[in-house]
Amino acid sequence: MGKVMLEVKDLKTKYVTRFHEDVYAVDGVSLKVEEGKSLGIAGESGCGKSTLALSLMGYYFAPLHYISGDIIVDGQTISNMKPDDVRRKILGNEIAYIPQAAMNALNPTQKIIRFIEDVIHAHGIKMTKKEIYDMARERFAELGLPEEVLEKHAVELSGGMKQRTVIAISTILSPKVLIADEPSSALDVTSQKMVIRMMRQLMEKGYIKSMIFITHELPLLYNVTDDIAVMYAGQFVELGTAKEMVFDPVHPYAKGLMGSIIVPEEGMKAHELTALRGTPPNLKNPPKGCRFAPRCPYAVPTCTAMAPDEKEFENGRCYRCLMSVRKLREVYANGNESKPEPETEFD
Amino acid sequence: MKNTIKQVFHSGKFLFGFIIFMLILLTVIIYPIFVTADPLAMLGQGNFFKPGTYASIEESALSKSYTLQIPKEFSKLEAVLDIETRAEIQQFLINQAGVAESEIDVTDAEGLVSLWKANYDQNTKYAGLTTAKRKALKRLDNEITAAMKDSGVIIAEKDEEGNLKQSKVIKDTDYVNIKDVTTKTFVLGTDNFGRDVLTELVAATKSSLKIGLLAGLIATAIGLLLGLLAGYMGGLADNIIIFITNLFTVIPSFVILILISYSVGDSARGIAMVGIIIGITSWPWTTRSVRSQVISLRNRDHVNLSKLSGHSMFRIIFTDILPYIASYVVMAMILQISSGILAEAQLSMIGLGPATTKTATLGLMMQWAMQYSAHLNGSWWAYFPVVILIALISFSLNLMNTGLDQVFNPQLRD
Amino acid sequence: MATNQNQSPKQNSTEPKPCLSGRGLTKVFGVGKVQTVAVDHVDFDFNEGEIISIVGESGSGKTTLSKMLLGLISTTEGTIEYQGKPRDISTNAKKKEYWKNIQPIFQDPFSSYNIFYKIDAVLDDCLNMRGFKNLPEEQKIQMKTEACSFVNLKYAELTNKYPFELSGGQMQRLMIARIFLLKPKILMADEPTSMIDACSRATILDMLLKLRDEINMTIIFITHDIGLAYYISDKVYIMEHGKFVESGSAEDVIINPQADYTKRLISDVPKIYEKWDLDTVAN
Repeated sequence: MGKVMLEVKDLKTKYVTRFHEDVYAVDGVSLKVEEGKSLGIAGESGCGKSTLALSLMGYYFAPLHYISGDIIVDGQTISNMKPDDVRRKILGNEIAYIPQAAMNALNPTQKIIRFIEDVIHAHGIKMTKKEIYDMARERFAELGLPEEVLEKHAVELSGGMKQRTVIAISTILSPKVLIADEPSSALDVTSQKMVIRMMRQLMEKGYIKSMIFITHELPLLYNVTDDIAVMYAGQFVELGTAKEMVFDPVHPYAKGLMGSIIVPEEGMKAHELTALRGTPPNLKNPPKGCRFAPRCPYAVPTCTAMAPDEKEFENGRCYRCLMSVRKLREVYANGNESKPEPETEFD
Repeated sequence: MKNTIKQVFHSGKFLFGFIIFMLILLTVIIYPIFVTADPLAMLGQGNFFKPGTYASIEESALSKSYTLQIPKEFSKLEAVLDIETRAEIQQFLINQAGVAESEIDVTDAEGLVSLWKANYDQNTKYAGLTTAKRKALKRLDNEITAAMKDSGVIIAEKDEEGNLKQSKVIKDTDYVNIKDVTTKTFVLGTDNFGRDVLTELVAATKSSLKIGLLAGLIATAIGLLLGLLAGYMGGLADNIIIFITNLFTVIPSFVILILISYSVGDSARGIAMVGIIIGITSWPWTTRSVRSQVISLRNRDHVNLSKLSGHSMFRIIFTDILPYIASYVVMAMILQISSGILAEAQLSMIGLGPATTKTATLGLMMQWAMQYSAHLNGSWWAYFPVVILIALISFSLNLMNTGLDQVFNPQLRD
Repeated sequence: MATNQNQSPKQNSTEPKPCLSGRGLTKVFGVGKVQTVAVDHVDFDFNEGEIISIVGESGSGKTTLSKMLLGLISTTEGTIEYQGKPRDISTNAKKKEYWKNIQPIFQDPFSSYNIFYKIDAVLDDCLNMRGFKNLPEEQKIQMKTEACSFVNLKYAELTNKYPFELSGGQMQRLMIARIFLLKPKILMADEPTSMIDACSRATILDMLLKLRDEINMTIIFITHDIGLAYYISDKVYIMEHGKFVESGSAEDVIINPQADYTKRLISDVPKIYEKWDLDTVAN
């Protein structure tokens, strides 16, 4: 077992809307990422995955608020640090965050090298311009980015190149954790592939120790990360290795999500797509019982009354459902006509 | 819709502006109910009476008078002889007149005055005094003489033969009961024609709001119509409308305003005419901004869908575009009203405002105050309340506009 | 569960009839020196009852092409033939007539509705367009109920609601109900599933297939997702820089691509069953 790079214990955060309503977007998320490993987080829009990405940084600003839970980066708890300390000591050094529109963050009037100088100086590292330039050139070459980019302005670069440049800049201090929130969704497929390849290079060359990758594109996640967590209504409903999750999901929601994958591969035309009825719950007042119960094809009355806990089965796989894994698999094998009773582990 | 209105009133800025504006509006509506007098009636003959309560002299003279035995502490003499004056007299009596200090009792005003009268003579040149001091003593003597006089005022009337006949003597000790005579309170004093500034101000605010509203409505109507047509139709219609709009934009609108105001002549320039003149010169920027909004809406999916449903151009404009920019138009109109009121003030200041002797406007009040040099002779009450009110109206309207802006464009918040 | 029941176009006894064709269709934006050719001399024949996908990356001109076919923007060059005859939309009346035969579903359900109209008004509008304005009220309600149940919505619950009170998936389904009421010959679906969640996507696709089967509709499906195009369509047109680089049956184009661009596009999409080769990326 590798060294744990990022550990999150029962993290809860909320948003406060303009009308002073609380939205519990992350409601009890626990995860663990080891050195050299990557975790993918999948989910529909509005399930809280982007909020989770922001919350993992440990840097909270309105309208996002921290409620409870721990975030431990390489043995150091950051969730109880002062915001200013987090910004200066953790962000960039320990954790790097890349949002979807990261490429738009580049000021068009500055050369790329200026941003790198800025990052280095903002973290109090004393280096001359020459040293920074040499370091940046070396790093860019390692990541397959042309050296000329350093002397260019953001407007001269294509979207994919901009996004790769931003990733290279934000990992220039070799952070331990990279949190990427849909880093390639706004790009065309070719640029996406290049961004993904670069992220893999970052991992392989040890510039980042671990990665959290958030996207709604499941085939992409399957190819990028070691583990996949499926998120629904602010909670993880299932966690496992990428292969297990895509081909053998256990939770009914994960099953539905994986059944909606479409890839341009032979046999796809005959493939049966899963359709889930209904819409995700409003996170202002999440349902009392299982959050997926209103949409679950296998739900029974108990499901709407009792909230399931996250349970571990097999090595490291977790799921959140009242039914046992054995029972669920039985149900999937028989089709969805029969509605099974959940196991009465708790009466 | 209901939700939007609720949201609007959640905005602190809007609410604050709205309350100020409503207070002004309510005052304008309610005040005339209680004060029915003509706001432009000339109550006083003379310029710029200070704020305060005034009693009728004529009535005071003719009404029943009471002779009051005023205690001596309150007599005129006591009032003239303050501590310093007494010390001065004492010093004079000792140094110049040679009266023994023991004989002088400064607390006894009458004794002091009799000593003074016995020893002081205006024509004697006392030694040991500066000229200024001598003159001061002379003045003091006069004052004391006047204070000791007991005679009153004689009121005489001419009889049929033209001879004056004494009808009444008012003595110094005569007083009238304030309840027996008419009094008049001018909270903000009077203006140059002796008109009550407060009543006039309320009436002026009403007419200024009318002008602003009329100007705002006209400017918004023209601007909205042209903007909608230019934005939605595009092509040639857009080019023509934008050409005209640009023409109006490059010529300073105030110059056009002055020229039109001048050319319609004094007699035609009433409240409504000034409103119309301001309205038809201030639409260009509404047109430009409405046009740009419409252009961004024109290619929205719901407009395309409406087109594909075979709806006519006017139906699309009025049901698929206008409701979307309604909030924006309301905001633009609020600003137009505010700038209409300011434009009226500007026009009136240079003498091109409503030519009227029947109603006042805020601008006209400013102009009158300026022409009669209120700002030079310190009659602040003639112009300062007007300035405050113009600023308040403008401020409240702009505050409402900002509040609305924040509600309708939430990105601007924080 | 959605099932793709129709693997191939309906085998009619007769030859496939072209429903919409284009000859040398071109659209140039801008004037003088700053011109952009959005669509560059494309030819096509879309047959009746087929689902045709136009696949292209952003900026390839697929949306411009769809707007030209809808008659929302003018063509610079070339002709569009509708049912074998050149399309004539020179007057408003002719445009109205043409629009009875072609209707769209747009990408963003949230901007497709006038937020000031209730759902009932949206559906009534469709009935008016088909000339059912003076039908008795019960009959109208029956038609609207039928359309809503076609897309698994309950009409009775919707009458007094505004579209924005629905979820994205429901709004898109309502759009399909609208199409069901209008019964056009051609449906122009411009990325109808790209803004909605994966779990609701299957429902929408299922309904599009059902529409085609029930009213023999030609569906032009515009998408950037090559997997989706493969899943739903009979024929696929691959578009690059305003030109069709490859076209043919879905199987042929996706499984055995010939054009370099198609090959690259397919190889760059992440795969599940095959290995997704990250190293063969063009720099």
